[in-house]
Amino acid sequence: MWEYTDKVKEHFFNPHNVGEIGDPDGVGEVGSLACGDALKLTFKLDKNGKISDAKFKTFGCASAIATSSVLTEMIKGLTIDEAAKVTNKDIADYLGGLPEQKMHCSVMGREALEAAIENYQSGGRKKHELEGRVVCTCFGVTENEIERVIRENDLTTVEQVTNYCKAGGGCGGCHGEIEKIIEKIQGDKAGQVTETAPRWAGRLTNIQKIKLIQQTINEQIRPALRAHGGNIELIDVEGDKVIVAFRGMCAQCRLTEFTMKDVVEAKLREFVSEELFVEEDKESASQPHNHRG
Amino acid sequence: MKTIYFDNNATTKVAEEVLKEMKPLFCELYGNPSSMHTFGGQIGRKIRKAREQVAGLLGCEPTEIIFTSGGTESDNTAINGTLTAYPNKRKIITSCVEHPAVLSVCRELGSHGYTVVELKVDKQGRLDITELEEQIDDDTALVTIMYANNETGVVFPIDKIAELVTNRGVVFHTDAVQAVGKIPLNLSKSNIDLLSLSGHKLHAPKGVGAMYVRKGTRLSPFMLGGHQEAGRRAGTENVPGIVGLGKACELAAKNIKEENEKVKHLRDKLENTILQQCPDSMLNGDKENRLPNTSNISFEFIEGEAILLMLDKYGICASSGSACTSGSLEPSHVLRAMGVPFTAAHGSIRFSLSRYNTEEEVDYTIEKMPPIINRLRELSPFVST
Repeated sequence: MWEYTDKVKEHFFNPHNVGEIGDPDGVGEVGSLACGDALKLTFKLDKNGKISDAKFKTFGCASAIATSSVLTEMIKGLTIDEAAKVTNKDIADYLGGLPEQKMHCSVMGREALEAAIENYQSGGRKKHELEGRVVCTCFGVTENEIERVIRENDLTTVEQVTNYCKAGGGCGGCHGEIEKIIEKIQGDKAGQVTETAPRWAGRLTNIQKIKLIQQTINEQIRPALRAHGGNIELIDVEGDKVIVAFRGMCAQCRLTEFTMKDVVEAKLREFVSEELFVEEDKESASQPHNHRG
Repeated sequence: MKTIYFDNNATTKVAEEVLKEMKPLFCELYGNPSSMHTFGGQIGRKIRKAREQVAGLLGCEPTEIIFTSGGTESDNTAINGTLTAYPNKRKIITSCVEHPAVLSVCRELGSHGYTVVELKVDKQGRLDITELEEQIDDDTALVTIMYANNETGVVFPIDKIAELVTNRGVVFHTDAVQAVGKIPLNLSKSNIDLLSLSGHKLHAPKGVGAMYVRKGTRLSPFMLGGHQEAGRRAGTENVPGIVGLGKACELAAKNIKEENEKVKHLRDKLENTILQQCPDSMLNGDKENRLPNTSNISFEFIEGEAILLMLDKYGICASSGSACTSGSLEPSHVLRAMGVPFTAAHGSIRFSLSRYNTEEEVDYTIEKMPPIINRLRELSPFVST
């Protein structure tokens, strides 16, 4: 059972402002049935440009419903400019906090508000659409959105990003890319979290190095690739050059180059030696799948 | 507020009779069965009796029963112990709807170079036996397939599968944690080599389980460090747990038929009425081949956690396969494997009953369910009101 505050429970069991305003000034619709939560927010302005009424309809868990309910409470009486300043943190704080894994509900609230404001400002023409490059294809989360939750909530790990906007919560294929975005924004802070000393100090013999590379591939790299239907095989080691081949889904994937540097090479450097670099063995990639792996 | 417990596939109440048998073993008869003195030695008899009681429920020899710490340990031991016993075989066949105690172990082995085949299921959650037949080859060390699914209650044709697998010279294990005590099993007439069961799913306490190892089955021990369980599972015996499990099995064997008729009647009443009174609801799983106590129902356009919390307000305990309750962002792997649409998987509720449930409890729940569903649909943007 989730640890919900009394305020969350109160707004879940007795939500305020349920429904849809007929002839609204702004409409914001975010989320979908497939994603597991969705919110439709409508508001009406008074003569002075202040939000006089706001209503919501939400598909989702208790915290999604409670978030929507307090959102409508919070924005009533605000001007559009004031409402535009409401952050997901404000919404979560109003509820006395949300469990970490449910923070994405507060982000959904803020997104719906933004979409509704956008819709109002475009004279009711504009519908909410994704802006920027999609990073997480499972939940359709863009780079812009990820950057924003990182900045607004000072996030430093992929897990946190998943909790706040769902990105990375499906197949896990975008974890490397999310890490990069965190690094870009948080710089040193992110580095501190992930940096660990190489496990094996000192000089390795060739046989030790090859064994360790194989072990790292087995334990650290293959599970990550398997998560989205891929596989990897160690072909050869020449000095510091590690030659690998991608199998399964990875063999056809356009992102292998990226996976190569950010997953394979990074892990091998972390666990074996900083000097290693990785190359893909293109010839063997076209061979039939080896069932041993 | 009275608690109405419809979550018996998660865990069950310890039967009063079971507790009564266990009580003296804490402060009075606390000896170690391995000791030389009479005080400890007399405990050995109690364990022997428990072993007979478990064997009685399963229809096997007492020597074929090993006590463990629970279903998860039994599953881990069965899988790892078989692979260690057959070091030259590198393939495991399982199903994609297994409990994590099997699926995670298999996937972990997959990351260590084993080939793991996860058999698919159809829309009703049924396996394709032909696919299984085709996958068995000389490299296959083990086939592990659950007896009954914890989420949907779907029962697989395990005796048929066991025959097919063992005829090909491959070891067959079944995770029967949800089946034992709920449906009759007779291992003397089955080809099953290894079977896992858990105490707390059949009114024994948590922290005890057992494994059936058919005579002649090669299995390397998983826990080392003592001669207990004939060297097959080290560690001082959980005497109260084992005695409790024995009693629970005796009770289950005695009452299984009668109780199943009662439990099934209550389940059917609950299920049929809810399906009838709540529009856009549907049953998940194979209606024909199912545990008598389990019902998994999807409600379109609303979310499972919200339904659970509404039920919780009335003291009604159930569970859900929705993303929010699965601890991840995606709904249950079982429902997804069955191809249940996301729209329905997010709104799935599992009721699992036991012999302690009453008609009044079912009636109360039937009364509360439709207003809860309607209330949440009023909130849903996918339902026009």
